[in-house]
Amino acid sequence: MSLNLGNTTTIASGGTPNRRNTELALLVFAVIIPVFAYANVGLAKNDELPSGMIGYGLGIGLIAGIAHLVLRKFAPYADPLMLPIATLLNGLGLVLIWRLDHEPNLSPANAAPSQLMWSALGVALAIGVLVFLKDHRILQRYTYISMVVALVLLILPMFFPARFGARIWITIPGVGSLQPGEFAKIIIAVFFAGYLMVKRDALALASRRFMGLYLPRGRDLGPILAIWGLSLLILVFETDLGTSLLFFGMFVVMLYVATERTSWIIFGLLLSAAGAVFVASFNSHVASRVNNWLDPLARASNDGVTETAQAMFTFGSGGLMGSGLGQGFSRLIGGIAAKSDYILATIGEELGLAGMMAILLLYALLIERGMRTALAARDPFGKLLAVGLTGAFAIQVFVVAGGVTGLIPLTGMTMPFLAQGGSSVIANWALIAVLLRISDTARRPAPAPATNPDIEMTQVVRS
Amino acid sequence: MSELTLTVMRLGFLAVLWLFVIVAVQVIRSDLFGTRVTQRAGRRGPERPAPRQQQPQQAAAASSGRGGGGGGRGNRTRRGAPTKLVVSEGSLTGTTVALQGQTITLGRAHDSTIVLDDDYASSRHARIYPDRDGQWIVEDLGSTNGTYLDRTRLTTPTPIPPGAPIRIGKTVIELRK
Repeated sequence: MSLNLGNTTTIASGGTPNRRNTELALLVFAVIIPVFAYANVGLAKNDELPSGMIGYGLGIGLIAGIAHLVLRKFAPYADPLMLPIATLLNGLGLVLIWRLDHEPNLSPANAAPSQLMWSALGVALAIGVLVFLKDHRILQRYTYISMVVALVLLILPMFFPARFGARIWITIPGVGSLQPGEFAKIIIAVFFAGYLMVKRDALALASRRFMGLYLPRGRDLGPILAIWGLSLLILVFETDLGTSLLFFGMFVVMLYVATERTSWIIFGLLLSAAGAVFVASFNSHVASRVNNWLDPLARASNDGVTETAQAMFTFGSGGLMGSGLGQGFSRLIGGIAAKSDYILATIGEELGLAGMMAILLLYALLIERGMRTALAARDPFGKLLAVGLTGAFAIQVFVVAGGVTGLIPLTGMTMPFLAQGGSSVIANWALIAVLLRISDTARRPAPAPATNPDIEMTQVVRS
Repeated sequence: MSELTLTVMRLGFLAVLWLFVIVAVQVIRSDLFGTRVTQRAGRRGPERPAPRQQQPQQAAAASSGRGGGGGGRGNRTRRGAPTKLVVSEGSLTGTTVALQGQTITLGRAHDSTIVLDDDYASSRHARIYPDRDGQWIVEDLGSTNGTYLDRTRLTTPTPIPPGAPIRIGKTVIELRK
């Protein structure tokens, strides 16, 4: 029963359901900001506007514009914020990498052009996903295939030599190397969503109550223990805390959303804490990361300061408003990860707390849009998939930002869109594309109801 | 490059970055609260007598879009005129609708002002509207079981005395101050 005030009007939600014009305006804004940053870096470093400024702006604008046109054609009701925010983060990342290219002692040298190429490839992949994936429910058919593919992608790096202390790369001779874990996170979200959609009733209902918590039956613990074991194996053999935390956290998040049982979160936290302590006690790579975290000011192996301490110094030197783009001392971080893992430290120094908060808010907005998509989705598979992908994204942001700021031990993960790394930027564009596809389905106006309740017969009072 | 230029650019960049965040939040906000009021003509079809008055649309749009902040038309409200309609019996008991010069339709049709969940109500059962003097009139719209004011079944549009119950099926409504 409802109350409609006024007999000649209806109230519809949300202006026009199609928000593509809003998206276009935001997109223009999102292209102008990185160009501004680019000019700022050029003026600060070389005392002149960078010669590539027009080309760079046109390049980003072209990439974003094509993506926008594809959305207009293939996903007209998709969320208006995801594409602009992703474009802005990616553009800012490119500027920051180009800025760090000015520091001669940071490797890899001259990373910005290749990163631009990877970004273009990522947007191309996103466009491909949007064009060829007409409906996200098709993915449901591949629940178990995606499990196998994800396992293969996760296990493959064990057979390749460790780089920088972690085995998360696979190297294809002549082509280059990539991090399969970045792609596995999308594929495994499909598996989790398909699996939990079928099994969630058993996991939610068959439980005993104990001290206000629903304890699951022993045999229902199987899946969470299996995923826990797998993530421990990743941690031990690939010595990568980030990937391991990502997969386990993602599973716990989806389990919680599917079953509405808080006990899964408590189990998850206990299991991950136990696993981390257990592995850190005997694996030297993980243990050194933990030691850096506990005591960042300790003397490093090269008789200098640790990278963790350097990152903290950058935040301190940035202060509230930052030193200005191109005027920081990120080169002092040194090492191999200043452009990838530690890119947040450059932001913290050159844009200050104000800029750092803006960047983190942009990530938060993107995550909020993903969760909103999950809420709006009408089918359980779409809901779980959107939650899983958004959760993976959120955990990744948390793990990297937490690691760089010293909240948790640093792990070898990249800040989505911002950090240098081909696999990461490509995979995250694909992730955004899947979310856009789900949000298009979710926000599409519902078809009109088939039957009209008004034409039912009125009963006659007999007296 | 001069120190001043760089400082201006640094602060300008932060401002632009935050401006983007604020604009994005505004877009989310319009997604949450934005409502659009559209005319319902055309969908209704000819089975119903066309409503006479055109002016209530604006009042209705104002009251429904912004939570009734607009208020009624000053020249139409009389001293001592009823200000709200209260459902006192039936499944909607306790429902009130502010009277702001708009026509109130009652019936099972889902586009009625008060949608009656009542088997004995017709889809378009009755309507209540103010006449030119601001007196509220109830009119039966050719319902199956009739509309009763006090105990008498309505045959013509009738002014509503204050506090008189209007019975439709199992539902009783009253106009109150």
